[in-house]
Amino acid sequence: MKYATEFRDPKAARAVLARIAGLADQIGATKARPVHIMEICGGHTHAIFRYGLDKLVHEGIEFIHGPGCPVCVLPMSRVDECVEIARRPGVIFTTFGDAMRVPGTKMSLMQAKAAGADIRMVYSPLDALELARRNPERKVVFFGLGFETTTPSTALSIQQAAREGLENFSVFCNHITVPEPIRALLDDPHMVLDGFVGPGHVSMVIGIHPYDFIARDYGKPIVVAGFEPLDLLQSVLMVLIQIRDGRAEVENQYARVVPEHGNPVSLAAIDDVYEKRPSFEWRGLGEIDRSGLRIRAKYRAYDAEETFGIGYAAGPRVVAEPEGCACGQVMTGRIKPTGCAQFGSGCTPEMPLGALMVSSEGACAAYWQYGGARISEAVE
Amino acid sequence: MNVPNRARLRDTHVTLSHGGGGRAMRDLIDEVFASAFRPDAMEDQARLSDAALAEPGARLAMTTDGFVVTPLEFPGGDIGKLAICGTVNDLAVGGARPLWLSAAFIIEEGTEIALLRRIAATMAAEADAAGVRIVTGDTKVVGRGAADGVFVTTTGVGVIPPGRDLAATHIRPGDVAIVNGVLGDHGATILAARGDLALSTDIRSDCQALGHLMEAVIAAAPGTRAARDATRGGLASALNEMAEAAGVGVGIEEEALPLRDEVKGMCEILGLDPLYLANEGTLVLFVPEAEAEAALAAMRDRPEGRGAVIVGRATGDHPGQVRMRTAFGGARIVDMLVGEQLPRIC
Repeated sequence: MKYATEFRDPKAARAVLARIAGLADQIGATKARPVHIMEICGGHTHAIFRYGLDKLVHEGIEFIHGPGCPVCVLPMSRVDECVEIARRPGVIFTTFGDAMRVPGTKMSLMQAKAAGADIRMVYSPLDALELARRNPERKVVFFGLGFETTTPSTALSIQQAAREGLENFSVFCNHITVPEPIRALLDDPHMVLDGFVGPGHVSMVIGIHPYDFIARDYGKPIVVAGFEPLDLLQSVLMVLIQIRDGRAEVENQYARVVPEHGNPVSLAAIDDVYEKRPSFEWRGLGEIDRSGLRIRAKYRAYDAEETFGIGYAAGPRVVAEPEGCACGQVMTGRIKPTGCAQFGSGCTPEMPLGALMVSSEGACAAYWQYGGARISEAVE
Repeated sequence: MNVPNRARLRDTHVTLSHGGGGRAMRDLIDEVFASAFRPDAMEDQARLSDAALAEPGARLAMTTDGFVVTPLEFPGGDIGKLAICGTVNDLAVGGARPLWLSAAFIIEEGTEIALLRRIAATMAAEADAAGVRIVTGDTKVVGRGAADGVFVTTTGVGVIPPGRDLAATHIRPGDVAIVNGVLGDHGATILAARGDLALSTDIRSDCQALGHLMEAVIAAAPGTRAARDATRGGLASALNEMAEAAGVGVGIEEEALPLRDEVKGMCEILGLDPLYLANEGTLVLFVPEAEAEAALAAMRDRPEGRGAVIVGRATGDHPGQVRMRTAFGGARIVDMLVGEQLPRIC
């Protein structure tokens, strides 16, 4: 972890901040007419607030918090289906911890567990596989959730289950992909975006070229970034340099980790196990074409949607967002979290109403947790 | 003292009969607990001498706490050590000299007797070191599945000497916040010890009794305003409680926080914040600035306080809030923990 400290060096950060300020002035960015940079990933949103970067950058730089938190964008209908599967007799439902608190229409997984469902938190789908081996009389379901970062490990667990002939293991697949929602946002005439900071973890798997369309078709710069504060600041600087130079390219700030063409082993596993769904529902954004993955027919025995007859296998079910919830508008940068009438009153981390308050990496939760909304004056 | 000469307890695991009130239960209590704790009399109610209360103005302090932890034994301690230290520390941070403890055990059928003996032995050793006596107790056995191994409840009684009055409401702007050592070791140890993380670390729980350390601090810095034992919810929760009670703001410096690289690394991997990780031997105290150096020196003289450092101070601004200046010079609020920390997916 000493490696990380180099990317948190305050002196180096001050130097980058000064260069950002210089460039922002040079391209005429002001508080009234800011440059809008979307950080796609929730991990970046979290880092921005954790380190107070939003307050440290030039006032002409405005961060727009994108849809890149898989927990935030998980629709209520899918949470309901998780609960429904978990409550079936003989099921052990396994999930990553941060999906536990996401509200469904009636209850969250945390509440379902308290009500008697056998729901267990795991740290990897391989833990769920192990549970299946040890409990042959139970049906072990893994809640597959996340972007390209977590998709390969779920794929590997399905391949492993198939090799072992495990019959009591299946995956409720909610894996989603990053490029399609970005395209949907760029097609939205209300969006004002001048550049992107792309998620480094996702590019470790898919490489940087799936973002080519952002530069080529929409003329916007995108820089794939790491997760340390200096990574983020340097990426903002690289976006600004492209804007100043009138360029729109995909650049790789996170080259120490991200290979240009991604990870071939992971990509092969993804391709073997999944295919694109025609459409998938996103909380706050609605249905987006080809933005979700489902398990291919050859692995049907491991697809919980098929074996439990639920979800898209039973026909699409769209559940309306709670009334007054402005997550969609926040995620598309039309308003700030504080612009939502429910922020901090009807919607807090203790009692989240909307998606972006649910996960600690959601923009609203990060705003609330680290006090972006409550620190009115800078701390000296 | 009524400890039998000959061992009669031949079982290797607890059965329901060990909770039945008959001879089997008597044997369990005698051989596992009483022989370790050596109470003055085998009666349900300890009769305490009033010598400790002889000074005019002395006050009694009493506290109770239930302990549940998985696994029951972990690097740096076990549930018994937690049960002693937790209650001793609750008394100590209130300014009391911890004197007497009770210990109640709820034991799941099937628990290994050898495990109970180890737990009793650590409790006895820890109580000795902390200068407290375990004077009474209770044992119940519940059916398999009705409890998770062993639950322990300890109640503690202590005496607050005349003239001593620690309370968060006494904290004033300008007071200095001190912690006695590294943060988050207990929480990180328990996470790693659960074994489902595939993380191997050398971190050990910081579980330790703080009574002697508190006495040393108060002797060196008699103006000490308030102290807290930063257990569940970590340093962040302890500071928030104190800020709210005192109606002051608290400012802390990220760079001053004592954290091991291993704990930081584990938190990075899991998406946890070490400020919220549990501690079991961490003292947070506020002292007037003029006495801060004396308090620090007194703490560093003792093994429990070797790593004592100033982490921040109380301010007149933003009452009730804890704010942290990040290493970058940015500012953020350090709020109370919501629910429990849950590891993130990516």
